[in-house]
Amino acid sequence: MAKILVVAEQYLGQLRSATLSAVSAARAAAEKTGGDYAILVLGSNVGEVADKLTGYGASKVLVADNPVLERYLAESYGKVVADVAKAEGAELVLMTSTTTGKDLLPRVAARLGAGMASDITEVLGAKAFKRPMFAGNVIASVEVTTPVVVASVRGTAYSPAEATGGASAKETVSADPGTPKTKFVSFDETKSDRPGLTEARIVVSGGRGTKGDFKPIEQLADALGAAMGASRAAVDAGWVPNDMQVGQTGKVVAPELYIAVGISGAIQHWAGMKDSKVIVAINKDGEAPIFQGADYGLIGDLFKVVPELVDEFKKAGVGA
Amino acid sequence: MTTATHASNPIGFSLTDEQKQLQETARKFAAEVIRPVAPHHDRTEEFPEKVLRKAHELGLINLIIPEQYGGLGLSAVDGVVMTEEAAWGCAGMATSIMANDLALSPIVLDASEEQKEEWLPKFTKEYRLASFCLSEPGAGSDVAGMTTTARRDGDYYILNGAKQWITNATYADQFTVFATLDKSQRHKALAAFIVPRDTPGITVGKPEDKMGQRASNTAPVIFEDVKVPVRNRIGEEGQGFMIAMRTLDKSRPMVAALCVGLARAAMEYAMDYANERKQFNQPIANFQAIQFLIANMAMKTEASRLLTWQAAWALDAGIRSTLYSSYAKSFAADTCMEVTTDAVQVYGGYGYTKEYPVEKLMRDAKLMQIYEGTAQVQRMVIARELLSKR
Amino acid sequence: MKILVTAKRLMDPETKIKLKKDNSGVDLEGVKFVVNPFDENAIEEALRLKEKHGGEVVVVSIGKPEVVEQIRTGLAMGGDRGIHVNADGEIDSDAVARILAKLVEEEKPDLVLMGKQAVDDDSSQAGQLLAEYLGWGQACFASKVEVNGTTATVTREVDGGLETLELQLPALVTADLRLNEPRYASLPGIMKAKKKEVKEVTPASLGVDVAPKVKVTGVTVPPARSAGKKVESVQELVQMLKTEAKVL
Repeated sequence: MAKILVVAEQYLGQLRSATLSAVSAARAAAEKTGGDYAILVLGSNVGEVADKLTGYGASKVLVADNPVLERYLAESYGKVVADVAKAEGAELVLMTSTTTGKDLLPRVAARLGAGMASDITEVLGAKAFKRPMFAGNVIASVEVTTPVVVASVRGTAYSPAEATGGASAKETVSADPGTPKTKFVSFDETKSDRPGLTEARIVVSGGRGTKGDFKPIEQLADALGAAMGASRAAVDAGWVPNDMQVGQTGKVVAPELYIAVGISGAIQHWAGMKDSKVIVAINKDGEAPIFQGADYGLIGDLFKVVPELVDEFKKAGVGA
Repeated sequence: MTTATHASNPIGFSLTDEQKQLQETARKFAAEVIRPVAPHHDRTEEFPEKVLRKAHELGLINLIIPEQYGGLGLSAVDGVVMTEEAAWGCAGMATSIMANDLALSPIVLDASEEQKEEWLPKFTKEYRLASFCLSEPGAGSDVAGMTTTARRDGDYYILNGAKQWITNATYADQFTVFATLDKSQRHKALAAFIVPRDTPGITVGKPEDKMGQRASNTAPVIFEDVKVPVRNRIGEEGQGFMIAMRTLDKSRPMVAALCVGLARAAMEYAMDYANERKQFNQPIANFQAIQFLIANMAMKTEASRLLTWQAAWALDAGIRSTLYSSYAKSFAADTCMEVTTDAVQVYGGYGYTKEYPVEKLMRDAKLMQIYEGTAQVQRMVIARELLSKR
Repeated sequence: MKILVTAKRLMDPETKIKLKKDNSGVDLEGVKFVVNPFDENAIEEALRLKEKHGGEVVVVSIGKPEVVEQIRTGLAMGGDRGIHVNADGEIDSDAVARILAKLVEEEKPDLVLMGKQAVDDDSSQAGQLLAEYLGWGQACFASKVEVNGTTATVTREVDGGLETLELQLPALVTADLRLNEPRYASLPGIMKAKKKEVKEVTPASLGVDVAPKVKVTGVTVPPARSAGKKVESVQELVQMLKTEAKVL
């Protein structure tokens, strides 16, 4: 019987959808161990977020509401999560491994004297997990030896939990954020009309083969209502901004459809997209390694093929 | 520094931690700076000045300058380890990178203290190139048959003649020139001179349009009544031949290392392609015919490396290295020709096209059997050395 | 200012991975080792801060004697001295953090700079754990670092944008790839590095128990995606995506 605590992520009173992957993982863990899971929401004015989360089968939804928690800071959030986990007697603390999850959970683990498994992709038991290492080229089974366990959940490994209906009880918990030594200064949001890379159902990425001309990639992404990504080569060349990079050192995506255009398919790129459901490769080099893992390969000059593809998609009436 | 290691460890093939670091810097430089631009310079024959300047910044040029003249006091083993990496990136650029060492060797080995002070430190302080001017249109392998003359005139020598196949000549700031004081006396009458580029009477001709190593610059240099002060003469009158030979003994292991790097690059490409390319529903690496080619490439490349390290070790240990240097240079040159040719074979039709990297390597390799002592001259040296002792 | 940086030794990420025969871990026999690329970014940033503000850069690595190679790389890039924590066997992130915490007590740096993750175990924990053990503020995944007297302003790469924090020094910063472009260890740098001091300590001498909190019990290789179909035309591709893959 493991007592599980899921840490929800919200931004200025808005639930971050990534939270639902951790809820899925918590369900899997609860099922394996015969335990249950509570969800902790922390922040300022997070009542609505908490209400929403009462529909996800948690034993209860804990709410730590405090104006000091308006902006996320690892120090204050770490303290509150650890305090709640202790008070609740949680044995397993889970959060989706977003940049916030990655930033926060180790501090929670340190406070709880817990061992932490990062980026888990499968729950084998209350203290045993599978997780990727070496950029996803190795899957390790790990065992945590401490009484309390902390784990971050790889979002692409768990589809978002569906609402189950019903209503978990809400419970307000005390939240002492301490006195953080860090001050929030600003957040510069990346604005885009396209869906976010890690959430999009379809991703179109361009690489070295574009020779810096991303117009065809843009047109294809627009035709499909897809997010736009890039290989490291394209980012390194300065053709597109850093946050578009898909790969080991960039973003890890797992859309239903990933279209790699003019990307050779280096190991480092595969690490970022190989869990996509369907991969399409378009490259003029028939020997490019991208074809070795793509479900559909089309050999051809992207500047000719992609505009044709855009037309064909429009004719077929698909996409946005 | 490495000499000590070797003396205490007479047969050892491991590198010191420091050598591993030198190797790593050279390897990164080759992978990140040299290789990405190698196809461009091969295609256009544009001189890779940016690469050379960056190499200079990192200390990858002028390896042979001793510490007291602003250099790093590296050993010959250090030098061959790094040269292999540079050549793995691009043999042509490695040749250009090495050219300063060749031109400055006579100064390091045989110049006076004052000359060393005057001519060496400026090369590490700023980016400067020097060229070694030995070969002539009519005197390639026959060095002693040169016709560039030096005539004494008071405090000066007057140089007249033409030099051929001079690496980096178009961009050189300084030349090391060999000339004869009396053609009839052949090798007994040669002398070596340090000649600044801006000396009146020097013309650098049109660069050669070469088959391979197109990133390196090769051009003729013509001397017409060029006045060189007597104090710019390296060593004595008549010592020129000996100075040239000592320099070539020192440079041959470096040239051999260049061959090893080139062969290794070709071998790596061939192995990757053999694993990737499928025929008859399987990677061609599964076929014994390909496996034997790969195994031969590997054996000979490794053997070349060992001969190269041995020659460098002998230089560092102060052992007469003519024989070792010739073994290494000729074997490594033949090996890199063979390995690059076989790499094209592994690639098949694709290998013969410029879409793939191996045809360049094959063109680059041919030069290795020709410059700094042809394959045939090396064998003459080897046979002569051995037979004279029986 | 005094900056402590880490230089973890790990398998060159370009290397093709092979597992040990008993699947207990990755076979590291005969592979090439490098400094963790993110640690290289951390070292570079430390050197830039030193060039701007003066001070000292101390390079730390934990592991068998071979890790001194990685310390020397940091010193060849321009670090001032090294600390080798001589330790054998698996050292998990938590043990690393507790070892570093002890070193911080001794060295009293103004800033600890580490890579945002090590590209072998990909845990991304040690920096955050260390900050918590020390009671420090942290800025992970940094893409810009500016030090102004007793504070540091750090921009972090987070989901959806860039966040800027002001840290009170001493503090912990972990480097993202885009923080900077690490310099090469130059030849003069390498020659100078061999004369720089590398102090050796052990977990025992620091009073740290390195028994792991997280154990790797086995490894496997994920199933490779196999090559699919080559389609001949754009029309065929769209058809396949609609009728066969059903993703449109």
